[in-house]
Amino acid sequence: MGIFRMPSLGADMEAGTLVEWLKQPGDRVKRGDLIAVVETQKGAIEIEVFEPGTVAELLLPVGATVPVGTAMASIREDGAVAVAPAPDAAAMKEERPTAAATMPAPQLQVPPPPSQGIKASPAARKFAEEHDINLASVPGSGPDGAIVFVDVEAAWQRQGGAAATTAAARTGAKGDGAPVDGMRAAIAAAMARSKREIPHYYLGQTVDVTIAADWLAQRNADRKPEERAVFGALLLKAIGLSLKKYPEFNGSFADGRFAASAAIHLGMAIALRGGGLIAPAIHDAADLPLDQLMIRLRDLTNRVRAGRFRSSELADATITLTSLGERGVDWVQPIIYPPQVAIVGAGTPTVRPWIVDGVPVARQLCDLTLAADHRVSDGHRGALFLRAIEALLQNPEAL
Amino acid sequence: MTADDIRQILLEEIGNIAPEADLGALDPEVDYREKLDIDSIGFLNLIIAIGKRLKIEVPEKDYARLGTLSGAVSYLVARKRG
Repeated sequence: MGIFRMPSLGADMEAGTLVEWLKQPGDRVKRGDLIAVVETQKGAIEIEVFEPGTVAELLLPVGATVPVGTAMASIREDGAVAVAPAPDAAAMKEERPTAAATMPAPQLQVPPPPSQGIKASPAARKFAEEHDINLASVPGSGPDGAIVFVDVEAAWQRQGGAAATTAAARTGAKGDGAPVDGMRAAIAAAMARSKREIPHYYLGQTVDVTIAADWLAQRNADRKPEERAVFGALLLKAIGLSLKKYPEFNGSFADGRFAASAAIHLGMAIALRGGGLIAPAIHDAADLPLDQLMIRLRDLTNRVRAGRFRSSELADATITLTSLGERGVDWVQPIIYPPQVAIVGAGTPTVRPWIVDGVPVARQLCDLTLAADHRVSDGHRGALFLRAIEALLQNPEAL
Repeated sequence: MTADDIRQILLEEIGNIAPEADLGALDPEVDYREKLDIDSIGFLNLIIAIGKRLKIEVPEKDYARLGTLSGAVSYLVARKRG
């Protein structure tokens, strides 16, 4: 009998609230199946199973607070004989108090409003929590019926704003001062840890992306909108391929040592509407054809903004790209997301003067930056890594 | 389909991308992508949605003509007639 524990959701999240079981005792599961939904500061996260088997028992009630590492369910391995729970009773006894100890009793007796299975954006969830609105009672008008900010706001107005404000005051955190925002706290914890522990070094390179941008425009010209790619997808692909030659930027640093990752899972910093950001991973990004990579990028962005994504996407990134998009500023000096060891920044591509063959000409330029962990690599290798990305962008048809 | 119908559909789809926005207060002459902070993926979603709702495929070279609400409505009305 294996005990399934709450997986890590990245360096900046320690716990969530169980809102829904997606599997029941007796259900067979395989690696990657979704077993539960846990609500966190970053939205509803679908928790995936690591080992195949059959769900024997769910160890936590809906509404329980679930710190990382908590025993959530027992899963019987394939082939194991299903006997009475006796053989495992000792193990289970051992597990349960751990889980119970982390859950304040009142929370168990009074689970939060049943919001399980509800699709809602992070902004909507935050507003609902602050204003004591039961999401189950709110009709959603967003994509696939998801509850979006305006829906909760409307519900709040229907309830009478004043009453709801009292409820929010009762929960204590809000007032005239800055509210303690869960996501802000999570970002603060991860970034403070990064700045405290990781000796960053920073490099930058202005890259002529005219060829890449023209190639992309030409490629998109006769395609349906659904099949068009954005510049960010090209960047992801170029970074992914470059990492194969520069593995010291792809992996994690823990317990005093660097572990290079064989897989290249590119984290993509995605800004949420209403503030905050999440950097979930696109798995095995280097080996995806550009079209597939674009589909995954759009799908991931939309799911993150709708507030529902998977546990492995949050925890698995081996490096991150932060791209300022079409309407940002020239460059960013990014902060590494621990336990990763590097992050690439891409400024907004703009047309600027550039010298080509001794002549000033107007070219589309993009400032690429790299922040990397000096415990793992040196600036010389970092420069070569950035140059490799630059070189690939000069030959976009190979991407 | 009238210009008003098209404006209505466009506003609904912008609302799906920027759900917290007060679209009633949106100046039709303003750059709404800037105003509502719609990034390239958000805008691509809008173009895809317009394609589905209005059966108009907007080529990338025409994106600039959809920069304001009034510009977008004129463009889409012309495309619908054309």
